[in-house]
Amino acid sequence: MSQSIVTTDTPIPAATNRGATHTLSVLVNNEPGVLMRICQVFSRRGFNIDSLVVSQGRNANFSRMTIGISGDPKGLHQIIMQVSKLIDVIHCSEHTSENAVTKEMILIKIKCSPAERSQALQITEHFSGKTVDLTPASMIVMITGDSAKLEASVDMFSQFEIIETVRTGKVVMARGVQPT
Amino acid sequence: MKGAFPMSKEQLDGAQALIKTLDDLGIEYIFGYSGGAAIPIFDALETVKTKMKFILVRHEQGAVHMADGYARATGRPAAVLVTSGPGAGNTVTGLMTAMMDSVPMIVISGQTVTWMLGKDAFQEADIFGITIPVVKHNYLVKNSNDLPRIAREAYHIATTGRPGPVLIDVPKDISQGPFSGDLNPPFELPGYHPETAFNISPAAIKEAADMIAKARRPVILAGQGCMIARAAEELMYLAETLQAPVTTTLLGKGVFPETHPLALGMLGMHGTAYANKAMIECDLLINVGSRFDDRIIGQPAKFCKDAKVIHIDIDPAEAGKMVVPDLMIVADAKAALTEINEKIGPLDTTEWLAKLDGYKKKYPLSYKKQGGLRMQQVIDELYHLSEGKAIVSTDVGQHQMWAAQFYKNAESYHWLSSGGAGTMGFGFPAAIGAQLACPDKMVISISGDGGFQMTLFELATAAIHKLPIKIVVLNNHYLGMVRQWQELFYEDRTSGVDLVGNPDFCKLAGAYGIPSVYIKRPADVTKQLKKALAYNDGPILIHAECVKTDNVFPMIPAGAALEDMITEAPKTRMAKPIGST
Repeated sequence: MSQSIVTTDTPIPAATNRGATHTLSVLVNNEPGVLMRICQVFSRRGFNIDSLVVSQGRNANFSRMTIGISGDPKGLHQIIMQVSKLIDVIHCSEHTSENAVTKEMILIKIKCSPAERSQALQITEHFSGKTVDLTPASMIVMITGDSAKLEASVDMFSQFEIIETVRTGKVVMARGVQPT
Repeated sequence: MKGAFPMSKEQLDGAQALIKTLDDLGIEYIFGYSGGAAIPIFDALETVKTKMKFILVRHEQGAVHMADGYARATGRPAAVLVTSGPGAGNTVTGLMTAMMDSVPMIVISGQTVTWMLGKDAFQEADIFGITIPVVKHNYLVKNSNDLPRIAREAYHIATTGRPGPVLIDVPKDISQGPFSGDLNPPFELPGYHPETAFNISPAAIKEAADMIAKARRPVILAGQGCMIARAAEELMYLAETLQAPVTTTLLGKGVFPETHPLALGMLGMHGTAYANKAMIECDLLINVGSRFDDRIIGQPAKFCKDAKVIHIDIDPAEAGKMVVPDLMIVADAKAALTEINEKIGPLDTTEWLAKLDGYKKKYPLSYKKQGGLRMQQVIDELYHLSEGKAIVSTDVGQHQMWAAQFYKNAESYHWLSSGGAGTMGFGFPAAIGAQLACPDKMVISISGDGGFQMTLFELATAAIHKLPIKIVVLNNHYLGMVRQWQELFYEDRTSGVDLVGNPDFCKLAGAYGIPSVYIKRPADVTKQLKKALAYNDGPILIHAECVKTDNVFPMIPAGAALEDMITEAPKTRMAKPIGST
């Protein structure tokens, strides 16, 4: 009997505590290998990358990386300096929810019969979400917001059978006039 | 086309543009080993007329250590040229060695053609990916016209700020492809600003001067950063004005003359007892250009806990990495000292210096001349016979620590030793690089029997170029430093350290046409060394048969506090060290 490999993100019972989480915004040269250089700094110092968003900047010579990491907060300042030291890094800074706007998007695919649909739509509306795919047996909901809101929405949709979820990872932008 | 170069830039290929650029940058030596993917670049060495000299080594590791030795003896980078795959792979240890010790170097590796990258082509290795953690920066070139710009960026990055090695991986179609670019293009590195090391906040300088004025028991810790910034004069002024004692790191040896009355010698795990005592008892530590390596601080939490600490370092990532200072000045050492020196006056340290002099008398560095030949005696006599003026390169282990203790350096760039990486096999090829850089200086390579055998194939390179290196092999038939740890901390269970089967090193030298002397009796040392040091027609090997089981003291067990230093063999069994290696 063959066993199928489960590739969906079914939650594991107890998430291991990896220490405090931090969000770094890194402006880098848009060159091959830059991500590898940065990842090596984190892994060498025992930091885990929880989320990662990379996209080209308005000036195509540069890319913006938003990296969510968890690890020993004592080592954070030094790790920022080590990342900043890389020739391809223009700057690297930490952002908190106080000084920056943090947003993330999640797609949630649920099994949903016509009878269950109105309840699913109600939850979607509560989280200011949108349905982006609808079939007689399923629905994909898109929700944006901070990480806590996204987690709350997943909790609510758990009353249905969640087939899978995909998150973009968070992006941050500094509040006010100063650049990120 | 061959022979017609260089007529106009249209006729150049990428390799020729690269070689012309390296020559224009002032690179004097290229150390290397050829191979398929690098043939176009080797061909350019023949078709382009340059002032550069190429040295064919016997193994790529030798080439990198030679370039390293050249740089440590001059402060200037040399180039390394190797082929793809195994050729490039063999440079990794040397790159790591240079990276750990902030040594500038440019390594050029051949690579398979671009359309075969990532397809497991013959002799293909992702050397760009492999070397990321062991270089200051690296490149995989995708366009022939980029080669001069990349070479110039590489040189700039390698030699400015905190120096380090830079690797340029050049696919074969890029090196042999036509070149139609600019040989001296401008470049921009928006993420790299070494010039900020010269903008020092006046407030920080004032704070430093205030801290210094309040000190009664100051100590200056001078690291290699002082040497790289060429701040020896400013360091001397600081020390003499304050009448503050100076200890140096292993790599800082020579930046402050070790024969000076204020010199305490090297500190740390096998440093002098008086240097370590000074660290424990000082009320102000002025660290100029040292990264507070774990070999010198022991236990970070207990290090200098009663003293104020000023840390001057060019690398912002060193701020608070090991020791959190009371004042951090991220700056070039020379620039910082110049400004601090304008704001300081003499301190009364008479009592403090007298106390340290007492320690110097109580815990002198010493060794026995009975019961067989000691490595220390050979090194001590080398020091006296060469009047302390030689460039000394060492390998790694017991002999390295004894050389650091007994060969007192008077000048910068005269001590070549793999500190951070602790790379065995470094010493002898580094000496070759240093001798090529400084043909008129005496160069002494001091190795143990273990490390020497890791790169002894470069005897051929030394012989061919008739380099008058004094190749000292201190043979105790053991990997002595590990054996010492096993004796002290592992109930003398020797494991994996017995080098039974060592060759007759004199016969080995003879096979390369290199003369040798053999020393076994302490009484013969002076006579034999004199004979060897007088020989300058090429290399000479000095094979010293030393006592098998001697230990280096003083010693601070790894991870222990400086207070736990032992100055002689303990009577009782010691706990296993908690620190790194």
